[in-house]
Amino acid sequence: MSALRINGARVLHAYTWLLIAWLILPIGVMILFGFNDPSGRYNQTWQGFTLKWYRDVFALDALTDALVVSLLIAVLTALIAGALGTGIGYALGRFRFRGSGGLNLLMFAAISSPELVMGSSLLSMFVSVGISPGVTTITIAHVMFSVSFVAIVVRARVMTLDRSLEEAAADLGASGWTTFWKVIFPIILPAVMSGVMLAFALSIDDFVITNFTAGTTQTFPLWIWGATRVGLPPQVNVMGTMIFAAGVLFAVIANLRSRSKKG
Amino acid sequence: MTTSPPTPPTQAAIEFVSVRKDYVSHGEAVPAVRSLDLAIGQGEFFSLLGPSGCGKTTTMRMIAGFEDPTEGKVFLDGRDVTGVVPNKRDVNMVFQSYALFPHLTVAQNVAFGLERRKVAKAEITKRVGEMLEIVSLTGMEKRQPKEMSGGQQQRVALARALVNHPRALLLDEPLGALDLKLRQQMQIELKRIQREVGITFVYVTHDQGEALTMSDRIAVMNNGRIEQLGSPRDIYERPATRFVAGFIGTSNLVDGHVSWSEQGYAVLEKGPGERVVVPVPAGVEVGRDLEISVRPEKIDLHRAMPANVTGSLLSGIVTEVVYHGTSTNYTVATSAGTDFVVFDQNAHDAEDVATRGERVYLTWAPQHSYPIGV
Repeated sequence: MSALRINGARVLHAYTWLLIAWLILPIGVMILFGFNDPSGRYNQTWQGFTLKWYRDVFALDALTDALVVSLLIAVLTALIAGALGTGIGYALGRFRFRGSGGLNLLMFAAISSPELVMGSSLLSMFVSVGISPGVTTITIAHVMFSVSFVAIVVRARVMTLDRSLEEAAADLGASGWTTFWKVIFPIILPAVMSGVMLAFALSIDDFVITNFTAGTTQTFPLWIWGATRVGLPPQVNVMGTMIFAAGVLFAVIANLRSRSKKG
Repeated sequence: MTTSPPTPPTQAAIEFVSVRKDYVSHGEAVPAVRSLDLAIGQGEFFSLLGPSGCGKTTTMRMIAGFEDPTEGKVFLDGRDVTGVVPNKRDVNMVFQSYALFPHLTVAQNVAFGLERRKVAKAEITKRVGEMLEIVSLTGMEKRQPKEMSGGQQQRVALARALVNHPRALLLDEPLGALDLKLRQQMQIELKRIQREVGITFVYVTHDQGEALTMSDRIAVMNNGRIEQLGSPRDIYERPATRFVAGFIGTSNLVDGHVSWSEQGYAVLEKGPGERVVVPVPAGVEVGRDLEISVRPEKIDLHRAMPANVTGSLLSGIVTEVVYHGTSTNYTVATSAGTDFVVFDQNAHDAEDVATRGERVYLTWAPQHSYPIGV
């Protein structure tokens, strides 16, 4: 029996490492090929080590512009979806009102409906309303699909709040507005921040919906898609590495902060 | 009436006038408080005591403003506050869950109410310091609530409410989450703090011991009504209803009709030589049905038939003997048809203890019988 247990532990170890490798390997390859020195147009076989792509990371104007557009849209999306999603999440978690059930359903419908359908519908809507495609339409589209994620994260946190916190604040003379900003918001802030991060991450690498609503505007994913046919410059790997590093950095900081608060 | 009467000097701190409160559940009105007329005096330690669902918490929440009466009016210091929102009422509450703000320090928690009222910074610091001293938490200003024990959190909640010098402090089962030892300690502490600050305390509890220990007056509630209102001694010694007799401590109840009466006492014959003697007001006639309550500690238990008994006497068979250290508790199946509980102080020799199955005789003085509802 103990032999069985030891074997079981080994299998579990192997399985765990395999899973980690599965997750990390593609990212590792992306990072590695940012240091590759390819001879031709195609950055697909290892030729030799170089740092020149890091030095010339912003050398391709079109790529840099696309990245800036993507960052702008992601920041706008994170802020707008963060504000709207926090409001929706608080309302859904705290109150029962006419239509709250329907709104709940709508949140999940927005998450689960296929991007192709949403993208094409948004395009025809923008065309019929007469908004010319560009940063505005992309941002509207991104807010539309990411607001549900923020709302769901915030709602989950609000539902765990002790209702008497609000009563205590009111009892001590706080108006509804003051209670929200002085008591509720600081307590749900970590959930709001994870919602905002989620919206940012969803926005910056979205392709399908963006492709439908962009018109001639180039975002980072759209530019990469276009470039794959003629060969990806290694700068793409460098930028991907930087975005990945920023994400890891945020996660580490968030983790450290929550740990120091608990300690 | 064209002129309002002058405010009497003994203005009640809190007053309920014909208050009724219904909750709506599945389209039906469910009464939580049926009919409430109640005046709580200035500086009183007042308890609302009753089982869960009796309406005590609803009553308290109507004082705080979290619930509005369906009918009737609520007054604070003579001012009609019916319909006034909680943040405009000059009362503060200590919540059962404490409801401390987890993102604020102890000092920030206590300062919350004063900040809302735009009290000057220096004044806030001074008053928070004073209040933390009263609740013995000096030096813990910078702590987070989660770094504190349950008893300490309780004190923070108390300080956060009291620092505002409210007209009344409302306490909703505040000691419920504490262990027995700490609870007893906090009971004494609460009483001391109330004396020190001189504020009206309204205390909601289902724990009769707690209510008896701390209160100046108690309202025993059941089923949305006040069953009895009085001092702890009143309520314990002279229960007005069967419910109160059963809910507060242990009561032995025996009923029967009056066999004869003289000089303010009624006698209920219960068999040869056995009887219950009870003081009654004038006008209780022979043949009337009475229900009588006797507290277990008032009864003497004899192993032999006692001579010259002037008060009540019942015989019975011991069915249970439980040793409690300071006392021994007997259950006796009496000839009157009901089980009696007797608390016997362990002041005598160990050999002189009745055993299960033994025939015993219970006696008690006439004034220790109390007729319910007469």
